[in-house]
Amino acid sequence: MNDRVFALSDGNSFYCSCERVFDPRLEGRPVIVLSNNDGCAVARTPEAKALGIEMGAPWFKIRKLCEANGVVARSSNYVLYGDMSRRMNEIYRAHAQDVEVYSIDESFLDFTGMLEPAAHARAMRRTVRQWTGIPTCVGLGPTRVLAKAANQLAKKRPELDGICDLTSGAARDALLPQLTIEDVWGVGRASAGKLRAIGVNTAADLRGLDARVARQLLTVTGERLVREMNGVLCLDLEITPPGRKGIAVTRSFGAPITQLADMLEATAFYATRAGEKLRRYGMLAPQMQVFFHTSRFADGPSRSVSGVATLLEPTSDTLELVRAASAATRRLWQPGYRYAKAGIILEDLVTPAQAPRSLLALADPRRDALMTAMDAVNSRFGRGALSSAQSGVARAWTVRADMRSPAYTTRLSETPIATA
Amino acid sequence: MSALKEILVPLMGRPLCAGFPSPADDYVEEALDPARLIVTNPASTFMWRVVGRSMIGAGINDGDYAVVDRSLTPRADDVVVAIIDGLPSAKRVVRLRGGRLALDFDHPDMGPLVLDEASEAMIWGVVTWSLTPHRPAPR
Repeated sequence: MNDRVFALSDGNSFYCSCERVFDPRLEGRPVIVLSNNDGCAVARTPEAKALGIEMGAPWFKIRKLCEANGVVARSSNYVLYGDMSRRMNEIYRAHAQDVEVYSIDESFLDFTGMLEPAAHARAMRRTVRQWTGIPTCVGLGPTRVLAKAANQLAKKRPELDGICDLTSGAARDALLPQLTIEDVWGVGRASAGKLRAIGVNTAADLRGLDARVARQLLTVTGERLVREMNGVLCLDLEITPPGRKGIAVTRSFGAPITQLADMLEATAFYATRAGEKLRRYGMLAPQMQVFFHTSRFADGPSRSVSGVATLLEPTSDTLELVRAASAATRRLWQPGYRYAKAGIILEDLVTPAQAPRSLLALADPRRDALMTAMDAVNSRFGRGALSSAQSGVARAWTVRADMRSPAYTTRLSETPIATA
Repeated sequence: MSALKEILVPLMGRPLCAGFPSPADDYVEEALDPARLIVTNPASTFMWRVVGRSMIGAGINDGDYAVVDRSLTPRADDVVVAIIDGLPSAKRVVRLRGGRLALDFDHPDMGPLVLDEASEAMIWGVVTWSLTPHRPAPR
């Protein structure tokens, strides 16, 4: 057992909770948020889940059910979610020595060395709730896999009041048998089937599995999973599988960035890495969140910004991703600060089959060939051997979002209104 | 990441000063930033727009912006954004004779605010500043 403590904090029904903060009438009502182009449900409140609305249910199939049951459906408002996510991470950074942004609503926090991590997590959760209005769950464990498992347990069991602490062996012995194998981070449907076939039904069973058996069954990823479940730290954030929602590429800079040109290089580089990851997993991203901030430990003015760039259509094309990252970076840039960290988050990943096609037929089939060639060159000559020069092609685009709420927190013309 | 480094210009002083160095160099401070005056806790601060005249006693006019900080605990005499039966409104927190806190208008001709027995009220955040444009931008 190592002596590290990780916390995984994530927003409950995050997109729906963001909508509720600024539209309190939604409190207590079933709410869902639809993916880009109003395709399918990507976030559901417990009230909506209780009506049987599944994750990913196509809007055209559930529309009648929603109308009949007073379900409030919203188009996704990534500008709002991105800004709320930035605020939450700012609070996390004041509570942890390191924050790894994993997706728009999930972050791993380093709580190592804290005397009472659970009490600290509880206080942090209260602060996030009060300051942003977003309810969260926090899981604690000696590895990321165990922190994630704890977070799942905190979500499934309301009596835990949003906090689950798996830092002690006794707590793991008591609680891991209650987590079904499908709810273990990194266990997909196919892997779960294989595991159940040999009698591995819970997280506790997985913990007791021989690492070699896990390797045979689920390759090296399975072996790492078993080790992490046993408290052995072996997952590096870089190699963790993409979350149910996204991929994050973030990095602290060796030296603070003060020039726009350097920041453009950094975000273009992250976008390139993100593109590689997407193609490796065969996924497409419909939008990208770009953020950067100063260090809270440094003197001087502090600034933390994030912005969302919507891609013309779901893509894994590095050139498109770099273009979007650069446009967002220029938009967010303000000189006079010493930026310490930047990152890119790709959200709501879809498979090519799920991707809605835009009316403007943009996709150039030669691009796929170009990307394949680019990956091949980079794997042979080293990452970054071939990359894009930032291309600033402006494009007119339209996205279907009939039920989108205002950009409450980022546009003066769309602030919420209080009557007087 | 260093290929595009721009030339660093010293924060103070003029590297090529033909005449005397500026006597102000020793007194340079950071540029004044009004945003840092009104937003002391960026993570918890939100901008709202106030529509209506029931808070003019607090100096808040119809159409003003309100800076709302959710990290503050509301107390007597605060101006707040309150959610009453699901609807957001600006209100004054007042102390009643029994010591209890209540919400009220702040207008010479209005109040006290009487809430329905079944009404639900909660405070969304505390208004720390309101911004009145004295030369409104043309619409």
